[in-house]
Amino acid sequence: MKKSTIVASPLAFLLVGSLAIPAVGGDLVGTLKIVSSLPRTGSANAQTTSIVNGIRMAIDEVNGMVDGYTIAYEDWDDASPQRGNWDPAVEGENAKKAARDDEIIGYIGTFNSGAAKIAMPILNKAGLVMISPANTYPGLTKPGLGEANEPRVYRPSGTINYFRIVPTDDLQGAVAADWAKELGATRVFVLHDRELYGKGIADVFVHHSKEIGTEIVGAEGIDTKASNYRSLCTKIRATNPQLVFFGGTTQTNAGQIVKDLRGAGITVPFMVPDGCFENAFIEAAGADNVNGSAYITFGGLPAEEMTGRGAEFVKAYVVKYGIKPEAYSAYGYECCKVLLEAIRRAPVKDRAGILKAVSETKDFDGALGVWSFDANGDTSNRTLSGQTVKDGKFAFVKVLGRSDAPAVSPAATDAAK
Amino acid sequence: MTDTEVLLQQVITGLSNGMIIALIAIGYTMVYGIIELINFAHGDLFMLGSFLALTLLGALGLEAVEGVGTWATIGLLLVTSAGFCGTLNVVIDRFAYRPLRKSPKLSLLVAAIGCSFILVNIGLFWGGIPMDVFSMGRAAAAPKNFPNLLGHDNLLGDSAILLTRGDLLVVVVTVPLMIGLTMLVRLTRLGKAMRAVAQNPSAAALMGIDVNRVISSTFFIGGALGGFASVVYALYNNTISFQMGYRSGMDAFTAAVLGGIGSLPGAVLGGLLIGLMRAMSDQYIAAHWTNTIVFSVLILILIFRPSGLLGFKLREKV
Repeated sequence: MKKSTIVASPLAFLLVGSLAIPAVGGDLVGTLKIVSSLPRTGSANAQTTSIVNGIRMAIDEVNGMVDGYTIAYEDWDDASPQRGNWDPAVEGENAKKAARDDEIIGYIGTFNSGAAKIAMPILNKAGLVMISPANTYPGLTKPGLGEANEPRVYRPSGTINYFRIVPTDDLQGAVAADWAKELGATRVFVLHDRELYGKGIADVFVHHSKEIGTEIVGAEGIDTKASNYRSLCTKIRATNPQLVFFGGTTQTNAGQIVKDLRGAGITVPFMVPDGCFENAFIEAAGADNVNGSAYITFGGLPAEEMTGRGAEFVKAYVVKYGIKPEAYSAYGYECCKVLLEAIRRAPVKDRAGILKAVSETKDFDGALGVWSFDANGDTSNRTLSGQTVKDGKFAFVKVLGRSDAPAVSPAATDAAK
Repeated sequence: MTDTEVLLQQVITGLSNGMIIALIAIGYTMVYGIIELINFAHGDLFMLGSFLALTLLGALGLEAVEGVGTWATIGLLLVTSAGFCGTLNVVIDRFAYRPLRKSPKLSLLVAAIGCSFILVNIGLFWGGIPMDVFSMGRAAAAPKNFPNLLGHDNLLGDSAILLTRGDLLVVVVTVPLMIGLTMLVRLTRLGKAMRAVAQNPSAAALMGIDVNRVISSTFFIGGALGGFASVVYALYNNTISFQMGYRSGMDAFTAAVLGGIGSLPGAVLGGLLIGLMRAMSDQYIAAHWTNTIVFSVLILILIFRPSGLLGFKLREKV
């Protein structure tokens, strides 16, 4: 009995697939739907609103039509009010809903790497292409950088359906360690939020710091719901570091940590990854606590530093919405552009055709420069940047590119052990 | 910092955090003592108190007061938030809990959880009010920065040990409140009535005590203490968020159980112990073990003293 059900399900799938082709093929004008699944409830809202605006702009640019097909778009929330952040149950529900709806041909998301882990296998089985504007956890695509079964476990069907347009944490953690050394820190205290993203980046930071001779005077995983970190800050103070690195996000309490560090009289630089590259971080931390003393790495270029198509995008965004886009806005825009371009190129506008077209994206000339997807579904783009805070606003410091970055980073050797 | 200095610093931090927990815990323990309800809405009531305080600061333009004005402002915030939380708690009791007084305890508990959700959502809505202090409501759910009215100055001068006005505020507010409350329960008519209702509501009613009025008073006092705690918390941590009630409420509830739920000195002792355990675990073990350690100790204590440290076994009511 069990065996027959296993055989039956792919058959059923094929049947639905073959019925669908005559329906949407030919000259019949159909609708193709794109959805995005991002945390819209909670403090990531400002950032995700900016991403959604970027997606809408990309669709508006083609007047909502590609090759005679109407492009519909739905903005889905993967957060719940209880968590105030992405919720595994909601993300799973979104992915299943998308998999079931045959009209949907593209899934933009997720924002959080942890959420991607849940959606990826579901969408993979459905053969639906997924493009993330913000996931940076290496294990999602790169073999040897995460758990032993990653990324195989996300590809039950054997094909690759997941792509991302941001450089990953194995690059970001390493450039952060280099930058910390450049800032003159030889003794660093490392904190992380014990989540996939935060701990992942902190681990790479620690590993690379040791390689370049920076002493790690302590490393702690924090309780992200604690009311304050005063006792932890006393512990940090006693080790006398020259820089404090936190692998985490605004949502995992980066603001409170800075407050308590400054309150404990620790005025050394505070470095965070791109999860804190949003105005909500400065608001939560209090501008006085971060002005000139916080350093933020980001897996791309901030809006002001973009050139060419990127600069055009920023200009158009400001005209349309009246405010400057947040850091990930251009990434939302780029995700949607890649998808629309793939729809245009695909000979058959179904899931399989569009998926194939996305995977063949090469020398794409977009807002983020000219780049391609590699065999893992990663971008060839390796430009990262460093920011600080001046007068309560982010200020670009420098490009932190690592064109010499090894194809397999040091973390891989750890995993191999 | 020498090892002794580190230890002393952690004791200060632990006691300050512990006193805030204790102040909230009293609200749980009083309500439990009198109607045997674990009032899950209490933590979220506390959260709304801090939102009111921040709104007042913004509306009256008092974010940057100095000198004597600072203490007057803090006094104003304390009184307003306490009054607000006390009143709101009475309203909740009147409309959500009183109609269920004769129902099974479980219905009451579910009502309390429902109230908790309502209050959390009011907090979420409140954070979206377009005021400067709420960053114009752009991110309703984001943690809000509470102005640091007290500064970071060290009252001990150049010593490596930090004692801030925040620590001082915690003591100055908490200790008199606890003494006052103990005297109220032990020495006044209302206190006597409260103890009578706690022991046996029917007998108390037969003796001419207005049971509903006594219960309302208890809710008012418990809520008001939560209101005081909310202002102290906001000034001490400088961050408030619509979700903070859950965590602080959980800590306070744990403190109340640890000390013996229903016992006022027990709630205080439980709060201080939890504050100290957290600080010591952060320093000498590792921050990510802290929750595990606190709850392991709680379980151990409940194994050997099922009614908590200062709790007493209640006689079965007939």
